[in-house]
Amino acid sequence: MIRCENLSKNFRRARVLDGINLDIALGERIALIGSNGAGKTTLFRCLLGEYVYDGKISIEGHAPRTERTRVLGNIGFVPQLPPPLKMPVGQLIEFSAALSGADPHQIDAIAARLGLDVASIRTRPFIKLSGGMKQKLLIAIALGRSAKLLIMDEPAANLDPEARKIFFDLLAERQHNATMIISSHRIDEVAALVNRVIEMDLGKIVLDDKVADDVSLSGRFACRLLARRADAALAKTLATWQFTADADGCVWQGEVAGPDRLRFIGMLSRYVALIADLRLTEKVGAGRTAE
Amino acid sequence: MKQLWLSARLDIVESLRARWFMIYTAVFGGIVALLFLFGLTESRVLGFIGLSRLLVTYIQLTMAILPIFVLITTVRSVAGDREAGVYEYLLSLPVSLGAWFWGKILGRYLVVFAPVFLAMLAAVVIALVKGIDVPWDMFGYYTALLAAMAACFLGLGMLISAVARSTDMAQGAAFMTWLVLLLFLDLILLGVMIQGRIAPELAVSIALVNPLQVFRTAALALFDPQLIVLGPAAYVILDTFGATGYKLFALAYPTSLGLVAAGLGFFIFRRGDLP
Repeated sequence: MIRCENLSKNFRRARVLDGINLDIALGERIALIGSNGAGKTTLFRCLLGEYVYDGKISIEGHAPRTERTRVLGNIGFVPQLPPPLKMPVGQLIEFSAALSGADPHQIDAIAARLGLDVASIRTRPFIKLSGGMKQKLLIAIALGRSAKLLIMDEPAANLDPEARKIFFDLLAERQHNATMIISSHRIDEVAALVNRVIEMDLGKIVLDDKVADDVSLSGRFACRLLARRADAALAKTLATWQFTADADGCVWQGEVAGPDRLRFIGMLSRYVALIADLRLTEKVGAGRTAE
Repeated sequence: MKQLWLSARLDIVESLRARWFMIYTAVFGGIVALLFLFGLTESRVLGFIGLSRLLVTYIQLTMAILPIFVLITTVRSVAGDREAGVYEYLLSLPVSLGAWFWGKILGRYLVVFAPVFLAMLAAVVIALVKGIDVPWDMFGYYTALLAAMAACFLGLGMLISAVARSTDMAQGAAFMTWLVLLLFLDLILLGVMIQGRIAPELAVSIALVNPLQVFRTAALALFDPQLIVLGPAAYVILDTFGATGYKLFALAYPTSLGLVAAGLGFFIFRRGDLP
């Protein structure tokens, strides 16, 4: 679906992309990782036809720079930093839907699934929304159309665990008919979400590996956690993951989205001294579990 | 066409919510209000009385304010949007670069022209209510002159925005452009002419290249058809163009200059990195 041949990009004397060769097939879910300055955002901007570059890019046989509307009509993009748009939310939805031939109601519906009630913020300027609301709206705009390629720059960074669960469900619904490229500084943020990892450093691809894909995007883990004693900080953190405790505040139970389990365990590592027992059980079907 | 209009509408909505637009509207509305308040329609200067006197003063003030206002606000918002990441997101949507760029110009043109025109229109309406005679030919020509002025400086602003890679650079370049045009109104031209270093015809030609001077002369020509206040330069202008010819030139040249500058800006915008 995407082919980059000897793709290079220079800013004055600095070489930001250095001879990238890449083939990405339909249905692949790629984590694009690397430190700041590795070239992730520049690669995205080249794929979106926003930068001129040396070498060749083709997306479904078309060049993003010279055939912009044809290529971008099939791409949903979520930026890392929301743009400071003063226009009302309603107009942003209408504008993007009109350009990409999408149904604005579909965008509203996806926003609603992510926990964002568009009707109540339709007249509010986009710039006045909270970070999480902006992120949900941009995700809804990207997923609210039939894009074959989803390019997302740290899309879940500002989402709460509940919204992240739904976000993974939304990605799961698209996984067979869309290619996803998800950028992150940290592999643990996105590892369970993808089936291929590409690491960039100084404008080059330094790692390109397939990932075992045993847990589906829509998978769920039932979690039971036994704390040595009740702790306010742990309780507050687990409450954000919608966990509930017994009367003593020692036994906690809840559900973790499959792609979020590394992040969950990473969060728990801060409280490792408090944890006496931890059990994660994958829910494989209605009523069935596998530990 | 749909993309062009969507882009234009987007720019209009963004501009209407911007602080600069409120100040811009307040300035021109305020000028008309003040001119009425100070009873300018009652005063008589060079035989001008009533609304024609007010229109002459309004166009002179507009010529001083509009160019720098349009230049600075255009480069600030266009280059500022690029720096802030607005382009990165909006240009990831399937919009052609032509529709985006020209739509932005169209939207901004309406936003820039509307307040100056509506302020002048308000003056006409007040005059009609008060029973003051309205010089319709003058009103029509000044409207066209304002439209040409807005097109000219908007085009120059878009060119500067396309060339400059940062808001600071764009603002600096816009200010320098305005300053150079302002200096060539009188100061530098008069200076070099007094020193006798250039022929008067060349000085007049330079003045005719300067859109600010073209507007000023055209505004003068309406109440001073022989351009007596310009002195000998008037002979060169009137011999070359004729009175009507010059009035048409004063509309066509700045508009063309703005369109050429915008076209060049688009060429540069399309060839380079967008965000």
